[in-house]
Amino acid sequence: MKIQLKDITMRFDHTTAVDHLNVTIEEGKLVSLLGPSGCGKSTTLYMLAGLYRPSEGELYFGERLVNKIEPENREIGMVFQNYALYPHLTVLKNIMFPLKMAKVPKKEAEARAKEMAALVQIDHLLDRKPSQLSGGQQQRVAIARALVKKPKLLLLDEPLSNLDARLRLEMREEIRRIQQEVGITTIFVTHDQEEAMSISDHVLLMKDGRMQQYSAPQDMYDYPKNKFVAQFLGNPPINIFPAKLSDDLQTIVLQDTRETLQLEAPISDPAAMNGDYELGIRPEDFYIETDSVKAGLKVETIRVERIGRDNLLNAKLGQINLRAIISPDVKINKGDMITLGIRPGRARLFDSSSGHNLLH
Amino acid sequence: MNDKPTLNKTLKAVLYLLPALVIIVTFSIYPIVKSFFMSFYTDYDYFKDLVYARGLDNYKVIFEDPEFWKSLGNTLLFVVGVVPLSIIISLVIATLLNQKIKFRGLFRTIYFLPFVTSVVAVSIVWRWIFHSQYGVLNYFLGLFGISPINWLTDPTWAMPSLVILAIWKGLGYNIIIFLAGLQNINQQYYLAAKIDGAGAWERFKNITVPLLSPTTFFISIVSIINSFKVFDEVYALFGGQPGPAGSAETIVYYIYNKFYGEWDFGVASAAAYVLFLVIFIFTLIQLYFGKKVNY
Repeated sequence: MKIQLKDITMRFDHTTAVDHLNVTIEEGKLVSLLGPSGCGKSTTLYMLAGLYRPSEGELYFGERLVNKIEPENREIGMVFQNYALYPHLTVLKNIMFPLKMAKVPKKEAEARAKEMAALVQIDHLLDRKPSQLSGGQQQRVAIARALVKKPKLLLLDEPLSNLDARLRLEMREEIRRIQQEVGITTIFVTHDQEEAMSISDHVLLMKDGRMQQYSAPQDMYDYPKNKFVAQFLGNPPINIFPAKLSDDLQTIVLQDTRETLQLEAPISDPAAMNGDYELGIRPEDFYIETDSVKAGLKVETIRVERIGRDNLLNAKLGQINLRAIISPDVKINKGDMITLGIRPGRARLFDSSSGHNLLH
Repeated sequence: MNDKPTLNKTLKAVLYLLPALVIIVTFSIYPIVKSFFMSFYTDYDYFKDLVYARGLDNYKVIFEDPEFWKSLGNTLLFVVGVVPLSIIISLVIATLLNQKIKFRGLFRTIYFLPFVTSVVAVSIVWRWIFHSQYGVLNYFLGLFGISPINWLTDPTWAMPSLVILAIWKGLGYNIIIFLAGLQNINQQYYLAAKIDGAGAWERFKNITVPLLSPTTFFISIVSIINSFKVFDEVYALFGGQPGPAGSAETIVYYIYNKFYGEWDFGVASAAAYVLFLVIFIFTLIQLYFGKKVNY
């Protein structure tokens, strides 16, 4: 089912939780609602579920305007953050519950529930009570319960936040697998950018109730619309340097240093120029330049950490600390002066007042 | 806090506990034990506290006493009349009070008032409500064309009057306990049930009732025990009498009457222990079934 949000706004007393959100979600896609706490992502999900009623705007499920439709009539399934499995019912009864409410004959309901349990691989646990299940198993039951009545839309509210790191990885692959097997339109709320990046077709990044960017995860990572998007995605986070642009509109001068950098392309909107910029470079876009003739940033090493297969270099450029992921082959010690090159096309330039990305 | 117990400290602790212990031992433990022994005194001089003979005669007396059986029957009738109705009514009211309604605090206070007022004082008001000529109840029934009922003087209506009073009196306590239980139910279950397509009644039936069952279980045990022990209401409502023609004589009234009316302490104690046994058995049965309601 195609979902359309038109100017959706949600106000609570004096705060605006969601501010004129316009999004179209295509059928069969998995979309993540991503953002820091309090950005309005859960509110948006609750509006989709019908648990909140939008203050303004129109919400369409397919062609149907659903603003005033109660949750029980929306043909949706939802997985809650703490799963909300009915503690007094067995796994089988939990999964059957939505069918029982829909007055499906008991035999058929049982067959469908078992089929769904098999899909999420919990068919050996049907007689257990939720309290006898592990977190991952509860999660699977919750997904089965949400899917059993064949809803048109599946909503997941931070479904992985209560699981440990390894299980989280496993369950997010499971969610992706199940979603693709069933082919259901799915909306997934998370504050974990890695989670969102790894399983979604599209990511909707929000901040303070406003949409920041809505695009495929890799596009969002590579072509952030603004500084917030660039900083929110990526771990370790992107390095930001205050900068000026020289008169030729091609040369960036880093503040407090004499380092300069040539842009490969002219900035997209020359009218937005006001003189103050911020240069953003992701840690993995640095490399150690050994050829002293080539351009690069001269930095002083503070510390080198070995993290798994990479080395994380903490260094100082003028007064600013930066992080770079470098090959572990090169031996660097504290205090060494090294030259860091930037991979071509990987520098981002942001307007320092509006935060807009000026290069894409 | 986890100091090693020394003699000094233990003495200090005993000293702190002493006032409470003295009261409990004098007014609870001693009477319990004493009345147990008393129930076997068949020939007793209470002026000199001399026991001439002991035996099971007291038990024989009450088991052969039709009045005892009648009072036991009345008590059972009272329990059956009060407990289920009281639980259902208080659950409904508690559910309503748990909603976001106006003047919620006011309503809670109103419903809780009967619990904190004196039975005797309230019974006087109820005697007026039940009055066959000037009573409010008969007035309202009159509006629906029902002819006046002799609530307090007709043997068939004495027990229903008592049941009505007892239900009203117990509502406040039950509602408060139910409200606490309702508030312990995670709202997420209701949200989940909504999404799963459950309407208001289905949510009440499938979420509220089962998740509240530990509370309901607790209330039913307390109510049954309290209902078996009913006395004040009988005494006050019928002006010291056990209802017209003994129609509202409960077991505790029987005990009271044997003790203070006939000064037959042995028989009174024996009847008290029979009541204890009945309550004990009922509670055991409940505990047995209660294991199934707890999830």
